[in-house]
Amino acid sequence: MKVGISATAPHLDADLDPRFGRCQYLLIVDTESMEFEAVENPAMSAPGGAGIQAAQAVAETGAEAVITGDCGPNAFQVLSSAGIPVFVGASGRVRDVVEAYKEGKLSPIAAASTGPGVGMRGGTRRGLGSRGRGRGGRRSRAISNH
Amino acid sequence: MILSVASGKGGTGKTLVATSLALSLQELGPVQLLDCDVEEPNAHILLRPEIVSSEPVTVPVPVVYKGRCTYCGRCSEVCAYNAIAVASKVALVFPELCHGCGACSYVCPEDAISEVGRDVGVVESGRVGEVQFAHGRLAVGEAMAGPVIRAVKRLADPQATVILDAPPGTSCPVVETIRGSDFCLLVTEPTPFGLSDLTIAAELAREIDVPCGVVINRDGPGDEGVERYCAQEGIPVLMRIPFDRHIAEAYCRGETLVAHVPSWQRAFRDLFEGVTRLALVGSIS
Amino acid sequence: MKEIVVLSGKGGTGKTTMLASFAALAENSVLCDCDVDAPNLHLLLESQTEEAHEFYGLQGAEINRERCNECGACIIACRFGAIEDFRVNPLACEGCGLCERVCPLDAISMRDRLAGQWFVSRTKYGPLVHARLRAAQENSGKLVMAVRKRAREMAQEMNARYILSDGPPGIGCPVISSLSGASMALIVTEPSLSGIHDLKRVLGLCRHFGVSPLVCINKYDLSEENSRHIENHCGDVGVEVVGRIPFDPDVNEAVVQGRPVVEMFESAASREIRALWEAIATCPVP
Repeated sequence: MKVGISATAPHLDADLDPRFGRCQYLLIVDTESMEFEAVENPAMSAPGGAGIQAAQAVAETGAEAVITGDCGPNAFQVLSSAGIPVFVGASGRVRDVVEAYKEGKLSPIAAASTGPGVGMRGGTRRGLGSRGRGRGGRRSRAISNH
Repeated sequence: MILSVASGKGGTGKTLVATSLALSLQELGPVQLLDCDVEEPNAHILLRPEIVSSEPVTVPVPVVYKGRCTYCGRCSEVCAYNAIAVASKVALVFPELCHGCGACSYVCPEDAISEVGRDVGVVESGRVGEVQFAHGRLAVGEAMAGPVIRAVKRLADPQATVILDAPPGTSCPVVETIRGSDFCLLVTEPTPFGLSDLTIAAELAREIDVPCGVVINRDGPGDEGVERYCAQEGIPVLMRIPFDRHIAEAYCRGETLVAHVPSWQRAFRDLFEGVTRLALVGSIS
Repeated sequence: MKEIVVLSGKGGTGKTTMLASFAALAENSVLCDCDVDAPNLHLLLESQTEEAHEFYGLQGAEINRERCNECGACIIACRFGAIEDFRVNPLACEGCGLCERVCPLDAISMRDRLAGQWFVSRTKYGPLVHARLRAAQENSGKLVMAVRKRAREMAQEMNARYILSDGPPGIGCPVISSLSGASMALIVTEPSLSGIHDLKRVLGLCRHFGVSPLVCINKYDLSEENSRHIENHCGDVGVEVVGRIPFDPDVNEAVVQGRPVVEMFESAASREIRALWEAIATCPVP
């Protein structure tokens, strides 16, 4: 299966990039063959919503999981709506992180692991999903008191 | 006449000047004080107006109709703010990133996007004495002050002397406030901070074609930098408020200058006269 | 490594003067001025610019007058009133690109807009990363992030103990950007009714983003009653007040001379600022 990993350089011996939205590269690694594709993160210099853009970029590659250091609320919302589990807290070389994943040493998170993105306004946010129910549809989250 | 009160630097005394001025002019004709510092509105603390109405400020935000959406992703491609994301079989909107530009609904090939209103703040209005008052309050966590400021400015009465209390700095909210004024008073202090930020603010006023004049607050202990700059640039210094611990203490208690010492009223009326003359000259030239 | 951000809500409470003194007291730190609209920190640190970088924010629309037939489709479409007389007002344009799409003659294009600059300077107390956003430019948040990112990189290279960040006033976009991911926030407030009002809003902002701040009351003796009110409120919401600095004319004198207060005088304010720094430096990251 393919997993998407935030990385500081476009190869398997690169360090995992702890930030997801503004990481330098997204490595899409085939866990069986260890073949990979390096995508320059389109969101690195996005004015805002970097996590959203990076998450979409990963989803488009067909990756079935994301491994990173920290995942903000926006990215998390897009990924989980697309059915992609997120594993955080990883560090070290991409190659070793993939091994840890294969050995079942990483656990998926149920909510964003970090506050508003390295970037813009964020925080608890309500994504207005498409009308009606359905997989990954409306996802409600209370917005704190103004 | 629309007079905005701004500064580059925060805490120089914009609100103190704006509110003292409004109170000083109320017997001369209709006066409005519109507090446009919607992130941290303070004028109401000094004026204590009676608030009689409160209106939410809404901005448009897209809603995607699943029944029509084909997840083509066109909306997401055109959004300059990454406020709409399409991945697999979902279309997600991130309202706090949305600028309400309408590009997504325009490009949607399936006509699947419509817009609904979203509350980002509130405008409250009322009066104190003869002064009409209004301010905006941006909801905590919202990043865009523009729509709330525009909502406050829409309450301007063309028959009145309108005083706009601007936010500190020179960013978008400040430009939004000052734009279209007949004159802008820049409140500063005689320190390197005051000078540095005054320079930026004066450049801004020039760029948007609003004539300006300076009020030096906490005058006394400091340096000559601000006076020299004003002389060099031909910016009139219209008032000097001395550094005085008692004024600072009165401000802490929430008192305007005229409440603290009524004879300030004359000084503010003179200031206003000076501004009116300059604004007239400015509009002719 | 601790990243400490200083905020205030209300402008003018003393963030920058406080931070400059922290810079003088802290050893091995990187300094960061996140107030990109009206940066002041460099004025107190004898700084010399070593690097300058251009910063591009959102794009801006430009109308090619030769192609334009003045049909007005763009004016009708623009929700920000940014097109007047078939010219785009760069101060109002929000870079959405809708005008480019609606124009039937392809007469509008989106161009990169130079929004500001950011700098790395050498100061007496460590490297300073700072920036200046051009008037009325958006994306102060993005520029703040660029400044913080470089500060973090430098701090890692130098193995610095602290990153000291001067935050902007208010509660909007640039403040949120200064706050996110920081280890600690210190809110500098003053005992005025306005200051209290604004303190509550910035505390609300910190809560909204899950940050637990510390509070310091500057010029506390201008109103001991209001200072008590602040302390009570902070107690009620579970926020610690770690400093009370007396009003001191020496502080203004230090600003005028372009130096941190603690370097110049052994005054009441200096003593309290030193104690405050001790409290912050030893405070465990919440």
